Amino acid sequence: MSARAGSPDFPGILRDSGLVALVALFLAFPLVGFHTIDQGGGAGMGIETRFPWVVVAVAAAFVGRFLQLALLRTHAPVAVERSLSRLGEVFQRNTVWIAAAAITFAIVLPMLPFADRRLVDLATLVLTYVMLGWGLNIVVGLAGLLDLGYVAFYAVGAYSFALFALHFDFTFWMALPIAGLFAAAFGVLLGFPVLRLRGDYLAIVTLGFGEIIRIILLNWYPVTRGPNGISDIPRPSFFGLEFTRRPAEGEVAFHEFFGLEYSGLHRIVFLYYLILALALITNLFTLRIRRLPIGRAWEALREDEIACRTLGINPTNTKLSAFAIGAMFGGFAGSFFAARQGFVSPESFTFVESALILAVVVLGGMGSQVGVVIAAIILVGLPEWFRDLQEYRMLVFGGAMVAIMVWRPRGLIAHRDPTVRLGVPQRPEPSA
Amino acid sequence: MIESGDRVPLLDVEHLTMRFGGLVAVNDLAFQASDREITAIIGPNGAGKTTVFNCLTGFYKPTVGRLTLRRDGTEFYLEQMDGFRIAREAGVARTFQNIRLFPRMSVLENLMVAQHNTLMRASGFSLAGLLGLPRYTRAEREALDLARFWLDRVNLTDRADWDAGNLPYGAQRRLEIARAMCTRPVLLCLDEPAAGLNARESYELNELLIDIRDRIGIGVLLIEHDMSVVMQISDHVIVLDYGRKISDGDPETVRNDPAVIRAYLGTEEEEELPEEVAEDLPPEMVRALRSFEDRPHEEDGH
Ligand SMILES: Nc1ncnc2c1ncn2[C@@H]1O[C@H](COP(=O)(O)OP(=O)(O)O)[C@@H](O)[C@H]1O
Ligand SMILES: [Mg+2]
Repeated sequence: MSARAGSPDFPGILRDSGLVALVALFLAFPLVGFHTIDQGGGAGMGIETRFPWVVVAVAAAFVGRFLQLALLRTHAPVAVERSLSRLGEVFQRNTVWIAAAAITFAIVLPMLPFADRRLVDLATLVLTYVMLGWGLNIVVGLAGLLDLGYVAFYAVGAYSFALFALHFDFTFWMALPIAGLFAAAFGVLLGFPVLRLRGDYLAIVTLGFGEIIRIILLNWYPVTRGPNGISDIPRPSFFGLEFTRRPAEGEVAFHEFFGLEYSGLHRIVFLYYLILALALITNLFTLRIRRLPIGRAWEALREDEIACRTLGINPTNTKLSAFAIGAMFGGFAGSFFAARQGFVSPESFTFVESALILAVVVLGGMGSQVGVVIAAIILVGLPEWFRDLQEYRMLVFGGAMVAIMVWRPRGLIAHRDPTVRLGVPQRPEPSA
Repeated sequence: MIESGDRVPLLDVEHLTMRFGGLVAVNDLAFQASDREITAIIGPNGAGKTTVFNCLTGFYKPTVGRLTLRRDGTEFYLEQMDGFRIAREAGVARTFQNIRLFPRMSVLENLMVAQHNTLMRASGFSLAGLLGLPRYTRAEREALDLARFWLDRVNLTDRADWDAGNLPYGAQRRLEIARAMCTRPVLLCLDEPAAGLNARESYELNELLIDIRDRIGIGVLLIEHDMSVVMQISDHVIVLDYGRKISDGDPETVRNDPAVIRAYLGTEEEEELPEEVAEDLPPEMVRALRSFEDRPHEEDGH
């Protein structure tokens, strides 16, 4: 089992592994070595040491790095890389079929025998992130604007619905377009100051923007009720039919109208279809707009802003439109979130949420619609499903992220199809 | 100096000065360019040629100067306009010394992006496009036709669906010119388009530029190092040195201008014309230069 480049350089590998172990030691000593415990009986908090764990962590880091360098570096990545590339190719060749199969599966999912409440709930959650990923993909994947504060628009959407419902008795369907508009307006608001920024600088400012929104929600007590949040948000109805056991005077409930036995599952399934529809609209919109001049201008802007200028493209308007439209879908998803939970509070809109949405986009392969779905299942669905394993799921989450960044830095599906083809036979293209 | 006689020039540059801190990159430059003409701007490295283009296309705001472009009877003062408006309204297109394509978009998409403004209008700022209304479909078909025309013209039709970044160097240069032409400009500014091309590609480029001049009928501003290209295809040559214009006229006049020869080759008294340089120059120039070396230095005033 010899390597591509001869036998591995063992002293070098040992040195490297030693270094990694040292870093692990520094990290594990404070993080793992000490553990706060509740001493009970009013004695307050105490500290317990668990140094054997530190040893385990350091040893794991050493062995892991050693194995990675000695074995994986030689064959596994090549094999993994190749099979992932092949997988990507299969996807790109059969996008239509895969999309059709996935959509069909999504539609019949709640009717399948194994679909219990937990699974449908989980699928709803995953689809929320798919929608958010698709929305953010417009900004990050197409326009190339690294946005670390996307959750702000999610929050704006959620609070728009919550507040309009609270003060003006708006229903979900009335509030949905307003939530989108508000979020889009905030997108433009964020867009203006960051027009001249790029890359890391843009990321930092958008991150700040996300935090500003959250902190305003937390502190503007008279309007947002601060950390207490807003509860009793009305649930969405099915064309005016409520999902309640006993509807209010003069109204008809869903189960009555259809002559069904009342079941709590109806609403769960309805919410699932609602987010499925919203996500599919987001996807259709993106697929369509990519082929329009504005979508091409976004991609061109990502590629080379200076060249865009010389072609008469107004970079300001083009960027703002990307921010606004991306934000709008975040806003739609936000009002869905509020409707599903019936409760919103600033806690739901922390930076971690932005990071997770961005991870879905980056991991999936920037600009790839199918990639977002796969990444959402891996990053949101699996950890949630394996909740019983508690913190280990985060470990796996981290491990998966590292593995993908090592082996597929451009995301799971990095392929990009041209938005228009000439339709004449082409010479074979050298692969990039 | 301007042979076009009573014709109104397409571009009129007056008193153009561009300072970067203490450095004067362009110094009180004046020149004109006409449609149906290739105007070459030549000069040693660092003479300020690219800076002139950057002023014309709105990347730099000139320290002093008036840049007037006449299109359909309207005068545009380029020094007051944003870069994208210069391209969109005044119709000035350019290429870059180091190619700037959209590398991860296809060749055809590069040409479609160049028609952004026409298509954007036709798509009703995306609404008609989202709904797939016929007026947008028609506009898109026309845009594809124009792209197709230029693809054929620069010989890239059989690579239209490639990523632009995968094209070989010479093809990338041609694509950049085609992309600029797809904006339907009245003035095309080319920054060293022949740099890095082999002899055959360079010949094809000349043909392309002559074709653009004669058949499309627009004005071409050309920055070029290769003297043979300049002498063969330009109608009018402007020579810059340290940001100043030192000569202006038809190729014949400029070629024989001693100031040009001295500046262009930076000849000092003791310097001989090296053989490698002589090989790259047109024979007339070598002759002029050699005779210049033999002459005693006339004006050596500092
Ligand atoms: N943005 C800038 N800032 C400072 N100096 C510049 C800038 N752009 C060009 N220059 C200077 O102006 C002079 C002319 O440059 P340039 O126009 O690129 O020359 P050319 O294209 O003729 O080779 C050079 O000395 C260059 O260093
Ligand atoms: Mg230059």
